[in-house]
Amino acid sequence: MPVISLSSITNHICCGTDLQVHDGELLVLAGATGAGKTTLLNVIAGLTSYGGIVRFDGTSVDSLSPSKRNVGYLFQDFALFPHLTVTENIAFGLQARGLDKKIIAQRVSELLVLFKIGPLNNRYPKSLSGGEKQRTALARTLAPHPEILLLDEPFSSLDQRTAKFLRLEIKSLQQKLGLTAVYVTHNQMEAFEMGDRLAVIRNGQIEQIGTPVEILFNPITSAVSELFGAPNIFQCNSIEALDFGLGKANCGSLSLIIPYDGKAVDKIAVFPSGVRLSRHPIETPMPNRLQGIVLDVRLKTPVVLVDIQVNNEKITAEIPSQLWEKTYIKISDPVYATISLKWIRVLTK
Amino acid sequence: MNEHQPIHFIWGIVPVFVMLLLWETTARLQWIPGGIFFPPFTTVMAEVGDMLFGGVLIPNFMCSLGRVVAGFISGSLCGISIGILMGWNERANRWFSPIISLLYPIPALGWLPVLMLWIGINEMLPIAIIFICSFFPVLYNSLTGVRQVKPELINAARILGASDLFILQRVVIPLALPNIFTGLKLQSGMAWKVVVASEMVAIPTGIGALMMRAESLVRLDIILVCLMILSVMCLLFEKFFTFLEFKTTGKWR
Repeated sequence: MPVISLSSITNHICCGTDLQVHDGELLVLAGATGAGKTTLLNVIAGLTSYGGIVRFDGTSVDSLSPSKRNVGYLFQDFALFPHLTVTENIAFGLQARGLDKKIIAQRVSELLVLFKIGPLNNRYPKSLSGGEKQRTALARTLAPHPEILLLDEPFSSLDQRTAKFLRLEIKSLQQKLGLTAVYVTHNQMEAFEMGDRLAVIRNGQIEQIGTPVEILFNPITSAVSELFGAPNIFQCNSIEALDFGLGKANCGSLSLIIPYDGKAVDKIAVFPSGVRLSRHPIETPMPNRLQGIVLDVRLKTPVVLVDIQVNNEKITAEIPSQLWEKTYIKISDPVYATISLKWIRVLTK
Repeated sequence: MNEHQPIHFIWGIVPVFVMLLLWETTARLQWIPGGIFFPPFTTVMAEVGDMLFGGVLIPNFMCSLGRVVAGFISGSLCGISIGILMGWNERANRWFSPIISLLYPIPALGWLPVLMLWIGINEMLPIAIIFICSFFPVLYNSLTGVRQVKPELINAARILGASDLFILQRVVIPLALPNIFTGLKLQSGMAWKVVVASEMVAIPTGIGALMMRAESLVRLDIILVCLMILSVMCLLFEKFFTFLEFKTTGKWR
């Protein structure tokens, strides 16, 4: 599958943007709203005008229309044709290319089975659930065998459970088909789960590019760090292996249960949004229950950032403003914190 | 749903029945002075029979129907075609838009004296008037329908490899249909109103002309028959396009 190379891309948002996506890689484009993520996808697809050069496998595609670039694009709001059934939606791209009816029917049936939407074949989009729409849209995107897959926040309108399930499905499908993919999101969990590499975009420029772990533990600017929730980073001194893929990490004066695969742990990152606070001890099965004192409270609408001192370490928690008002916690109050495992990331040596 | 249908049906019939009963009673009991100007409903219905069998109604009705069908179909087809073209192609829109903006506000009947001089008093005159009456509103509805197709659907079709013509045929026109039908429904009734008006003023045949002759003979029953036919035909045409709209877009809307 092609290597995508963008050189000196300029338009209403981008100004001299360069980017390379490797063969068969899933690159996550992350950035705040209005940073230029979708614009960059549209540049690759040829849906917006631009200066500079877009190359697929070293060959410029600037003169090619979107229909000739052989790109698959999964839109944020699915963009299913409301007047066509599931089958007709999937067949659309194949019919547009003038393929034989038998070939179209065969490919559509394959995709209906692959995406488990066979029973929905005669339904119209208005009667499909969010997840069903997404599967249909993905089947339609992949029907004409695109070499490049572009995904624009495809799960933003779905519930968390469905979104997570579909994310894993897309990731495995992308790997199985070896597609070169660019995935746009502003969701930090999505970015870490999906990306082989992560490119952080800000004001139309690529601010940092690397693996998710590289970016998380070594953000080059505070803007990059803040995009991923400005995680609490702790240097680990030692780790003790426990059962069930867990380990007990000693990080300075903190002792935390973390996901552990046997490799030596260098640092751990704890996302502030994964730290829960309470005035009273919390009865929970979560392994990490800590006691500390509130050092500082900073309002950063729509959330409140609360710094707490646990032993000799400072941990920042991110609490939604509305919830914070109901906790009645003040500076210097003793508090109890819990940290879920899914909000901890590990940097191995 | 089904158990409510008879109730809806009854509520469609009962008010009309009450109105007719009131009409009949008022006329029979001569509550309104000057009975000749207010014949009872049953007298009007009897006149329908006389006109049908006397060979007066059908030829005049067919004249009007033929004019409406010819004028409305040609006007609508042209309106739909140019509306779609303007909605789809910005250059076409730039060319046509100023001309159409200037001509659209002129009422269809305002063209009557001009057309009488240009094409004379013949069968083409009411057809041309109905053409004008249908053309502009259907054009604007079609234009709006095309413009309202979401750009992301067009982009999705482009990315999937569709040509402009394919997108127009398979995405844009089907999605513009609800707006196009709105225009057709409104203008089909208007076409009947315009044909009657033009026949009353300039053409010696048709329902409108029949009404004018009845007026000179003080035959209010005939005038009322003509008005009832006009009402029924407007309703039937609208229902016909509502049915077509449901058939073509009902499944997915």
